[in-house]
Amino acid sequence: MTTSIPSIAAAYDEAPVTLLRRRRLLLLGGLLALAFALPPLLGSDYWLNAILIPFLVLSLAGLGLNLLTGYTGQTSVGAAGFMAVGAFATYGLLLRVPGLPLPLALLGGGLIAAAVGWLFGIPSARIKGFYLMVTTLAAQFFLEWVFAKFPWFYNHASSGTISAPRLELFGYNLATPAGRYLLALSCVVLLTWVAHNLVRSQIGRNWMAIRDMDTAAAVIGIPVERYKRQAFAVSSFYLGIAGALWAFAYLGTASAGSFDINRSFQILFIIIIGGMGSIAGNFLGAAFISLLPIFLNHAGQWLSGGHVDTGQLQNLQKVIFGALIIWFLVKEPEGLIRLLRNLAERLRRWPLRF
Amino acid sequence: MSDAEILQVRNISLSFKGVKAISDLSFSVRRGEICALIGPNGAGKSSLLNVLNGVYRPDSGELIFESERLRRVHPLEAARRGIGRTFQNNALFKKMSVVDNLLTGLSRYMRSGFLEQALGLPRARREARLFRERAEEVLEFLELQPWRDVEVGSLAYGLQKRVELGRALIAAPRLLLLDEPMAGMNAEEKREMSRFIADINRDLGTTVVLIEHDIGVVMGLSAHVVVLDYGRKVGDGTPAEVQANPEVIAAYLGTVH
Repeated sequence: MTTSIPSIAAAYDEAPVTLLRRRRLLLLGGLLALAFALPPLLGSDYWLNAILIPFLVLSLAGLGLNLLTGYTGQTSVGAAGFMAVGAFATYGLLLRVPGLPLPLALLGGGLIAAAVGWLFGIPSARIKGFYLMVTTLAAQFFLEWVFAKFPWFYNHASSGTISAPRLELFGYNLATPAGRYLLALSCVVLLTWVAHNLVRSQIGRNWMAIRDMDTAAAVIGIPVERYKRQAFAVSSFYLGIAGALWAFAYLGTASAGSFDINRSFQILFIIIIGGMGSIAGNFLGAAFISLLPIFLNHAGQWLSGGHVDTGQLQNLQKVIFGALIIWFLVKEPEGLIRLLRNLAERLRRWPLRF
Repeated sequence: MSDAEILQVRNISLSFKGVKAISDLSFSVRRGEICALIGPNGAGKSSLLNVLNGVYRPDSGELIFESERLRRVHPLEAARRGIGRTFQNNALFKKMSVVDNLLTGLSRYMRSGFLEQALGLPRARREARLFRERAEEVLEFLELQPWRDVEVGSLAYGLQKRVELGRALIAAPRLLLLDEPMAGMNAEEKREMSRFIADINRDLGTTVVLIEHDIGVVMGLSAHVVVLDYGRKVGDGTPAEVQANPEVIAAYLGTVH
């Protein structure tokens, strides 16, 4: 087989595309600069600890699940299981490999999660849709059980929990709120860039082809089974790193219970609300999920004059999420990102409505 | 087998749970021709295409493509050997744009690895540029440029058929299998599609095997017609020969027993 493709005739101009890209890049650059300069501007640690760090980590987890579910069309309800693998693997590496720098431990944790994800992706060659979802459910419960059952994974701690032995990089202490925020932000920026490359590459197109119609994908020469397993592995790599960050950059101390089925559903809600098959959608979904409880809390306090029952609030939150999920699935399966794009389109045309 | 024949079908039989779809079928396709498969509904035409590119495995018989015997063809293997195809009911990737749909057809030419693409390394970028240029060529050839970035699911049916043709064409197949490329089209769209198929055949030298119901279109487009009825071959020759064949007339009009 040769790489050269017989030619027909070419005429191709990409100038307008480049112009549009330049404007977007500027916007993105500004946003990034702001994000990295944020900690000293904020003053209080509350925003970092309670909002921004979980928002970043959840965005990353959403991104991981989105690569599998939104781009490759393989629904998974086992996201948190793979996050647990990443967290416990990173912990194990930091603990048992002396002198291993933090980035390598995170990378190793991600790779181990990827291997486990690849393994649980094997059934996807034979099983589709609902039944495949059930196998990911099995993965969720199995992995959660493994990390609770075998003390080796949490170094025989009597509490059954893990906490990061050291969060430092080149001698800098990353255990401060600003340090943990910057660690999470760096991971998110780097991995978002990689995901952006991937979904626009031939690999990403192959994933989407499998999502849209896997029989046709096979006929045009895409090795469907291999790409499904690959998507499981890549997705789990992202989830694994998100899991490690969830445990060490956000919670500080975690156990198998930190990665239960509710976490999996939370990640799934992020991509349904944010937008399946969209990278920016994960950030919208994660922002929504992490900001809504806070908004409800404030709204509740304002309405009831300071007396608010947290139990009631949590119930209310579940009701609202449930209603929203149904609304999005019925009305806008492409999520917040689609709503935002429609709005932008309308604003652009606004003075010329006719 | 002579080099003039790109494909030989020898004694192919196929059945589904005992029901014969194709029985003992043999014919050859010459390099560079447009061969039309015609026959009433249920004659086994689509099943035959599915055998040719490995979607179905025949019970017996053999296929010889480019002087090589194909054993246990898999769709992937068929695509790698240069057999492209389109489907009767469009099998496009509906949520992807026209150009992305075309680009998926180039997967078998992909040489850059996972990390190269993930990190946007030079080889992957070079390959992506090459693929884009190729896609632009096909867009131009099939006059699809106005719909370049449109989501395929929102296109008119006739255009979708053309995109599907493009997706098969982009991989530069040596043999192109078209399953009713003009089904559901109006006369104008049919003329357009016929022109594209004739252009592909003449300008690119691609051998085409197509299924078509519109006899007028078939007669205008192809020099070789194979007629199937109940999974058997009842006619094989030039359009004029086939039209004069009493068995073919019987298959189409019914006969007095």
